[in-house]
Amino acid sequence: MENDTTLSRRGLFMKLGMLLNACVGAALAVPIGRFLLSSITRGHANGYLDWVPLGPVSQFPEGETRLATFRNPLVMPTDGKTVDTACWVRRVEGDRFQVFAINCAHLGCPVRWFPQSGLFMCPCHGGAYYRDGSRASGPPERGLFEYPYKVDNGLITIQAGEMPTPGPSASLVGKEPPCA
Amino acid sequence: MRLISLAGKWLDDRLQLAAPIRDASEHPVPRNTASWWYVFGSAALIVFCLQLVTGILLALTYVPSAGEAWNSLQALNHDITFGWFIRALHGWGSNFMVAIVLIHMMQVFLFGAYKFPRELTWIVGVFLLLMTLGMAFSGQVLRFDQDAYWGLGIGASIASRVPIAGPAIVKLMLGGPIIAGATLSRFFALHVFVIPGMLIGFVCLHLLMVLKLGINEWPMPGRVVKRATYLTEYHELTKKDGAPFVPYAVWKDMFFAAFVLLAVAACALWFGPFGPTGKPDPTIIQTVPKPDYFFLWLYALLSLLPPSLETPALLIGPVVVILGLLLLPFLSGEGEKSWKRRPIAVLTVMLTAVTLGTFTHLAGYAPWSPKMNAWSGAPVPAQFLHATTALERQGALVFQVKQCRNCHSLGESGGQRGPALDSVALRLTQDQLIRQVIQGGGNMPAYGKNLSPAETTALVAFLETLHPAGQAPARDASRQFALGQ
Repeated sequence: MENDTTLSRRGLFMKLGMLLNACVGAALAVPIGRFLLSSITRGHANGYLDWVPLGPVSQFPEGETRLATFRNPLVMPTDGKTVDTACWVRRVEGDRFQVFAINCAHLGCPVRWFPQSGLFMCPCHGGAYYRDGSRASGPPERGLFEYPYKVDNGLITIQAGEMPTPGPSASLVGKEPPCA
Repeated sequence: MRLISLAGKWLDDRLQLAAPIRDASEHPVPRNTASWWYVFGSAALIVFCLQLVTGILLALTYVPSAGEAWNSLQALNHDITFGWFIRALHGWGSNFMVAIVLIHMMQVFLFGAYKFPRELTWIVGVFLLLMTLGMAFSGQVLRFDQDAYWGLGIGASIASRVPIAGPAIVKLMLGGPIIAGATLSRFFALHVFVIPGMLIGFVCLHLLMVLKLGINEWPMPGRVVKRATYLTEYHELTKKDGAPFVPYAVWKDMFFAAFVLLAVAACALWFGPFGPTGKPDPTIIQTVPKPDYFFLWLYALLSLLPPSLETPALLIGPVVVILGLLLLPFLSGEGEKSWKRRPIAVLTVMLTAVTLGTFTHLAGYAPWSPKMNAWSGAPVPAQFLHATTALERQGALVFQVKQCRNCHSLGESGGQRGPALDSVALRLTQDQLIRQVIQGGGNMPAYGKNLSPAETTALVAFLETLHPAGQAPARDASRQFALGQ
């Protein structure tokens, strides 16, 4: 009769076998985990946030808001048209601009600009924003997202590369959302 | 004939599957469970099989690349023989599967089938429901069109609201910082490998438990489930009043399965495939994204919740519902099974059905969305302009040009975001109209900065004419004394 405290030769080998597999599994888990999480851990290291041109300043008349498109700084071969993004450019005066993300601050649907009433309206759940991007009405809890911009040699460029979402990452320019 | 039976014997000598299959198919079931109420589980299984087959057929042509997916769907729709029909079968199959799974769940709930000893069967079923919904959403993404693109944006916006982990979840979900090729690829992997694999495993588990524990007997008022005695009672029941599942009960499952498949095929033939809608090009912003029908209720809910409640409701709501479903068999694992003795269960089902139905119906015409083209597409009906002054007509023009019509209807046309204005003059006095237009309020933006004083005067003059013929407009009674008017 076998004693509980003794370990047979085969029992030891079985335990060693389990240990061996656990070690191999743990070793393999590192690259697998890093592969799976690469879209998070890659972070800003790859420089996916970058300055992209929207066009010459002269394209945007003062006091008006125009649609512009840009290409995402990071492009993969299978992306197709999805890397082309639209944004609303408001030229306040001179070199003062506001560049709004196309995504509604509620759930990301594309907002449309109505110059006659000076409002951005969202087709999904009826969010509305004033011409300066501040919240006018509807479900959004904040104003439109703004891209940081630069004007160099008559060319306007914005820092883009991440889809704005209403979570904590949303405040692209790092300021408090404008109040209605 | 003899050859076939010889071959069969040769195979079974090696596989030894005939006996267990015979045992499983001939296991005794209570006679009264051979009912048309007990056919939804097998119908869900049949539609799942249809989805597997049509899904594999679609994968023969579909290209999971953000640049090519839309074109490959067009090829399926237009170039490949019966490609449109396979797409339609798969699309309608998914609608039927969600609906049948929900009906199956409702029946199981109302018949108390989740009670002892079938708790785990119910829990596995809850996971099957979640996976079915996961398949529905990921399938909608694979139909990589405008709705899919912006639907992903909505998904990402919801996920981003998770405290702390939000941005990481968004990047994990999208496979990068934006919706692009990597997003479609990972949803393809989910829809084609991960979730179906888990579904097959969980379906087997679910079925195995139905076989091991026996089908739930027809609930009788007063026949109470007790942990101590139920198993013996059930075995006595199947012994005394049981019949072999095949062929006693199975023919109803087979008839219903055929009917369901025929209904899917009929819908596919008659209505055709779903989309794809416009190309997934984010620079095309003239789009009104809408989810497929099984998520329309959510689309409506997201619009009707007060903004401050939205994030908590989105993050806590699903957790509460799922936990509630998982804990249900432990909270009421014993007791009455019959719905005739469980009024709260019946009310819960009715309330849920009415709520989901109402939200789905509302989402069908989305009264909360501005009608983007109403200002230019729906002229002010002529009856509102009869016998009006030049100023009032100018006001009607302002009303259209400033897009008021996008949110306010006149004569049943226009947006429904704000109240209909056909008789607004009965509700608001001149001063109140001016205040509302200039300062906004409630859900209305302020138009002060966008209207000149002349435009405001004209607009309000027009609005004051909007009252039914025999009824006087609202007026401020104190005004004539204060201003001597």
